[in-house]
Amino acid sequence: MTLFIEQLINGLQLGTMLFLMASGLTLIFGVMGLINLAHGSFYMVGAYATALVSAATGSFLIGLAAGIAAAAAVGALVELIVIRRLYHRPHLDQVLATFALILIFSEGTRWLFGSSPLWLNAPAALSGSIALPGGSRYPIYRLVIIAVGIMVAVGMYWLISRTRLGMRIRAGESDREMIGALGVNIARLYTLVFAMGAALAGLAGAMVGALQSVQVGMGEPVLILAFVVIVIGGIGSIKGALYGAILVGVVDTLGRVFLPLFFRQFMTSSEAAGVGSALAAMLIYILMALILAFKPKGLFAAND
Amino acid sequence: MKKLANVGLGLLMTASMMAAAQAEEVKIGMITTLSGGGSHLGVDVRDGFMLAIEQAGRDDIEVLIQDDGNRPDLARSLANEFMQRDEVDILTGIIFSNLAMAVVPAAVRQGTFYLSPNAGPSDLAGRMCHENYFNVAYQNDNLHGAMGAYMREQGFEKPIILAPNYPAGTDALAGFKHLYEGEVADEIYTQMGQTDYAAEIAQIRSSDADSLFFFLPGGMGISFMKQWQNSGVDLPVFGAAFSFDEIIIKAVGSAAIGAMNTSLWAYDLDNEANHAFVEAFRGTYGRTPTLYAAQGYDTANLILSALEKAHPDDQDTFREALREADFDSVRGEFRFGPNQHPIQDIYVREVVEGDDGEPTNRLVGIAIEDIQDVYHTQCEM
Repeated sequence: MTLFIEQLINGLQLGTMLFLMASGLTLIFGVMGLINLAHGSFYMVGAYATALVSAATGSFLIGLAAGIAAAAAVGALVELIVIRRLYHRPHLDQVLATFALILIFSEGTRWLFGSSPLWLNAPAALSGSIALPGGSRYPIYRLVIIAVGIMVAVGMYWLISRTRLGMRIRAGESDREMIGALGVNIARLYTLVFAMGAALAGLAGAMVGALQSVQVGMGEPVLILAFVVIVIGGIGSIKGALYGAILVGVVDTLGRVFLPLFFRQFMTSSEAAGVGSALAAMLIYILMALILAFKPKGLFAAND
Repeated sequence: MKKLANVGLGLLMTASMMAAAQAEEVKIGMITTLSGGGSHLGVDVRDGFMLAIEQAGRDDIEVLIQDDGNRPDLARSLANEFMQRDEVDILTGIIFSNLAMAVVPAAVRQGTFYLSPNAGPSDLAGRMCHENYFNVAYQNDNLHGAMGAYMREQGFEKPIILAPNYPAGTDALAGFKHLYEGEVADEIYTQMGQTDYAAEIAQIRSSDADSLFFFLPGGMGISFMKQWQNSGVDLPVFGAAFSFDEIIIKAVGSAAIGAMNTSLWAYDLDNEANHAFVEAFRGTYGRTPTLYAAQGYDTANLILSALEKAHPDDQDTFREALREADFDSVRGEFRFGPNQHPIQDIYVREVVEGDDGEPTNRLVGIAIEDIQDVYHTQCEM
């Protein structure tokens, strides 16, 4: 039972991290109708900037701030130079152009910092673990990630539903031409939304970089999961991204642990481990297929 | 038309004359991973190899180097290019076993020598062994099996073992169990390229294991070790050198300290060839070599020792010279088994805090002497 609770928290933690990625991705798609494959690169930029600045200043918090700022700045720059030209192009052109951005970012990073992973650790105050009810222990840093994720979710909700900027974003989702005609500076709104999405990806990269390894290409596996999340949640919907992320996080984590245990009841343990983990790898895609079969637009489709 | 044919004929003749003039030169084609995931392995193999070639100071050896980007299809076409266009005598360099399987069987069948500086898949040691294929590094099971033997000897009774779910991962755990010979608490397979191990660590915590053995090459190992340190699980950690080379443990940081790992070589191994190698490598490249650099260095020196006796065009003599392994290996004693894979001692290293505060490997002792892969019995040569 304690194992189950601990795994549930793990799933929640993976989910909140995915939410940080998916919310930016879905916001950009919802407002601008743009498919941005380069979102994983902002995740990487955030992690690299955090690692470099943390190493230089010795403070993880300053590093984190630098990581978010760097991701936002790079996002804004990319929007101004490249993305701006893609809004009126078909999705295939957008996919090709943003895929090219992935290659440019990856090879550029390798050229600047080499292919060896960088060193980034969580601050000492957050390393270590605390006792869970039931006698188990849980890393503090992962709890902090969950807390940050919840704070971002609440903040996003407030931003979208309570502020003027949020109003414009919602208006942009509904009818792009009309808000332009009403005198809203669309170009600036787009740059802002894009930079915001990039900053969220950078935040995710920086937080997770301290847990995993900071290296070239770290963003792409997360990007694939983030796409699964927004497809499940309904493309363009922040609420969908939140529920989708937590669903994917929990299903993926529980599947990885309990499928091998399940198969062990009628197989040898090494066969069960193999079959279980192979099936666990497919589980979220099976989930996605099932959800799309019943709800082709995802759980919370925007513009419905 | 006739004129064109004449020109063509003339070019052909020139080309064959040039080939004749250069017959004594030796061409070595190196296909290795210099970009993408795992590129620091290829970079070190290349640097170690080239260090030995430069030290030899022979101007009749030409080394052509190409990056396979860790892609089997690219490695294969590079190999064809090397063999057909450049007519290389020897191929070497491949890091990953799946790439080796794509290149080696076809290459050796066409009469080119292949010397592996890293990958050692079981098929090439066993049923697909070939007289032109030499492995100068290890058979893939060696380091895992050696750790199994060492942990048994150290009295661990219930290790929990973990690896990614792909051929080298399942082989690693099978190799470990073969020489550990006892019951394991549990075995866990993770996904290839997985970066979050919270679920697996919780599973390890809830098991009754007394130790952990894992095989997670590259970035996977870095992520795992960092998360392991913060999890509060207090089990001794064991692994193979692939998760604890000098570059990886620097990225892992203090989390790696205390981990034990098996390696066929250590930079503080006490022999003359090794002292000279480590000093020269540090001098040339400004970093401490990894085991991959040592393997590249040994591969080049083996080739050089055989070239002293014969040119690769004289295939039988050259092959015999390679089999003798008449060179000063940086890992001490080195000889080939009947399947042309090494029979060698495997060492245990512990990750400790170095003088500069950064983690580094320190030699502890020998895990197992004269280990030989189990596949040589399947090799009919």
